[in-house]
Amino acid sequence: MHDVIIIGGGPAGLTAGLYSSRGKLKSLLIEQGLIGGLVTTTEWVENYPGFEEGILGSELARKMEKQATRFGLEIINGSVTGVSIDGKTKRVVVDGDRQYDTRALILATGAHPRKLKIPGEDEFRGKGVSYCATCDGAFFKGENIAVVGGGDSAVQEGIFLTKFAKQVYIIHRRDKLRAEKILQERAFANRQIEFVWDTVSEKITGDDKGVTAIQLRNSKDDRRSVLDVQGVFIYVGYNPNTEFLAGLANLDTDNYIVTDSNMSTSAPGVFAAGDVRSKPSKQIATAVGDAATAAIAAEKYIEENF
Amino acid sequence: MSDAVANLTNDTFDSVVLKSQGLVMVDFWATWCGPCKIVAPVVEELAKEYAGRVTFGKVNTDENPDLASRYNIRGIPTLIFFKEGKVLDQVVGAVPKAQLKSKLDSHLG
Repeated sequence: MHDVIIIGGGPAGLTAGLYSSRGKLKSLLIEQGLIGGLVTTTEWVENYPGFEEGILGSELARKMEKQATRFGLEIINGSVTGVSIDGKTKRVVVDGDRQYDTRALILATGAHPRKLKIPGEDEFRGKGVSYCATCDGAFFKGENIAVVGGGDSAVQEGIFLTKFAKQVYIIHRRDKLRAEKILQERAFANRQIEFVWDTVSEKITGDDKGVTAIQLRNSKDDRRSVLDVQGVFIYVGYNPNTEFLAGLANLDTDNYIVTDSNMSTSAPGVFAAGDVRSKPSKQIATAVGDAATAAIAAEKYIEENF
Repeated sequence: MSDAVANLTNDTFDSVVLKSQGLVMVDFWATWCGPCKIVAPVVEELAKEYAGRVTFGKVNTDENPDLASRYNIRGIPTLIFFKEGKVLDQVVGAVPKAQLKSKLDSHLG
């Protein structure tokens, strides 16, 4: 029996693991993909305190992992396929066959990029359509790229892609951006970035070599146009990774986990932290704050209930 | 670094992959690619499980840009399945091991 099982190995999960293992609780973290989660898909992190020059996303993830395992956090790789509660014991099933029991459970499963759901998106995935600029940007040297979206990720990754692309078009359905002001200023000052406002993407087209164009429609006058691009990078928000919960804890209307200020979910002894939690901001700094709160609350829960 | 997955270059690719009669699976990757780090150990495991039946290789796309452009690589990891030198199928992104196994099994037929 573990004291704490943490599902998800991004900044929230690693921070929860740091606090729990340093608190001498028998702690296990389960990650299905890469330790660090979405942080590893961003090149530079400039708004996480303590790194005055910024830090590479992959480097920050590596540091968080080392710091957590230093205090004895056990990390395993696997996909959680089921979670159930039996009395006060929480049971986690990994890859359908491995089973782990725990006193407290911290859900830090994060979110995954949302799809545009337009024709051509799946067909040309990996053939010009991408959700990760740091992964795939280098394959578009000297070419034209469309970035779809208007939030922090769209603008930040659009700026990053100008390192490779000849021209980056940021296609946004509104007439102004949601992104942070500092990112907006940088993007507006970048001559390789052109904004396409009030525009929805309708179809991605290409040939057997990959993407050749994106078809657009202006939402104000319905005028249609076509941009010749070889890459389409999609940053239109995120969906939470909560499917596996199957009703274990209450979710909001967008399927994010609802918690109180202690990060407790509707299920006693089950906590949530980071991007998977229903909250207004999705930042590394807020994720680690959630996780510290959750880990402390989990410790208190164990003391009072076992 | 395991011998089970051969490190292929511009010089060795054709002789290992295109001249092979049997099934070959090639992992296109780069050091800076996070999802590639998820796929690499899975490919290593598959190489052991399918030893003798399937040839496995990997191509560093930074060091071998000609191969990356020959196969129109636009995202990594990309896994390409070859048979008798022809591209049968490909998978982009970090996909579960079970999915790769079923692809290998179906191509082995």
